[in-house]
Amino acid sequence: MPDGYFGSYLTLAIYSLAMIGLVGGTLGLNRLVSPKVPGKEKMTTYESGVDPIGSGQSQTTIRYYMFALLFVIFDVEAVFLFPWAVVFEEIGVFAFVEMMIFVAILALGLLYAWRKKVLDWI
Amino acid sequence: MIAEILGNGYVQLGMKLGVLMILLPATLALGWVELKIGAHMQARMGPMYPGGFHGWAQTLADGIKFVLKENIIPKNADKSVFSMVPYVTMLGAALIYVVIPAGENLVIENLEVGVFYVLAASSIGVIGVLMAGWASANKYSMMGALRAAAQLIAYELPLVLAAAAVAMMAGSLSLVDIVEGQKQIVLAGFYIPFLPFQIIGFVIFLIAATAEMTRPPFDMPVAEAELITGAFTEYTGIRFAFSLFAAEYITMIGLSAFGATMFLGGYAPLHTALEFIPGIVWLLAKTGTILFLLIWIRWTFPRLREDQLQKFAWKVLIPLSLVNIFITGALKLTPWI
Repeated sequence: MPDGYFGSYLTLAIYSLAMIGLVGGTLGLNRLVSPKVPGKEKMTTYESGVDPIGSGQSQTTIRYYMFALLFVIFDVEAVFLFPWAVVFEEIGVFAFVEMMIFVAILALGLLYAWRKKVLDWI
Repeated sequence: MIAEILGNGYVQLGMKLGVLMILLPATLALGWVELKIGAHMQARMGPMYPGGFHGWAQTLADGIKFVLKENIIPKNADKSVFSMVPYVTMLGAALIYVVIPAGENLVIENLEVGVFYVLAASSIGVIGVLMAGWASANKYSMMGALRAAAQLIAYELPLVLAAAAVAMMAGSLSLVDIVEGQKQIVLAGFYIPFLPFQIIGFVIFLIAATAEMTRPPFDMPVAEAELITGAFTEYTGIRFAFSLFAAEYITMIGLSAFGATMFLGGYAPLHTALEFIPGIVWLLAKTGTILFLLIWIRWTFPRLREDQLQKFAWKVLIPLSLVNIFITGALKLTPWI
């Protein structure tokens, strides 16, 4: 087994493959023991017993796309927060003030979105 | 001799993969526990017959029935994506366990970026839900999947920010270092974990984790009454069991163990006099405590509406977690701690 940085991720890869094997094995067992009686009605899309109109894979308005935009901004901020969180004790007050300014600017952005009623469900 | 065998890399790898073998039985056990606790909270008996003693074999019987059921793929569905879903959701759930330590050296892989890794792995499941919603070619499924995505967008941030505050407390992202950091403060022999300093973070973590798992009161994506189990309407048999139940319970145990490690001290004993009890017992006890809290929340709170859910995340939880980071920073910089 190789050690070090890539060694630990090799374990991860083997673990994932074993998990996929476990799921695949159970699905294979299911294929062996389950009955297979396809029917016309059975294969239709289930929409509470009413015949489906049009395709299910249709265009949909995603009402929360503004939330999604905000999410991307704040998630990037979180990525910046983590390395800072690890080392900030060594750097001390300077790092703390610096990061609080950064967080405050983002919080101001959130406040702006709030005032512009972006955070209200349309 | 034994030490030599245990030192062998391949034997160790085999033992590490053994964790996977526990996941499915643990799912069944937790399923039964949840049925019983939920029943007793509503003054019902819950399952009583299968297996004899308080219906202990109920979920086992369910599992066997799921395996024996026919697997239906609807005519309109995107077949390859449709059948990939159980693999994706189960993988996302199982990957959490890689970094949870049950002892200083008893961990599958002590990744340097453990906290980050758990947060990333726990959100893979939503990709599976989106795949299921789109591939099913069913309008209800699509709505359920979109709701699940909306929920992830809203509650991922409080979760990440709560975890960042813990990383600040420990000065590390490795979960082993975080537990060791919680052994630093000893008061009258008791190990003081991060919980008293991170009480806001812990509450935010519990709420956000419940929302990430789409468990009640945040179960809009699966809303049985209107959306017929949301993204998994078209799923049957073992695929349904894997995509929905097994993935949910495995994520639930994984995130509870993560929360126990982050806030309750993980494998660290409560008191210095109790060091002789192995770390894995402590980890399981603390995980069990959080699991009970999650089940309790599930059976006692009414469901949130979609707009209330978004409002709660963006207007309460995210500002609160930013304040929590500020408090944690100030706490760490004051000389008395």
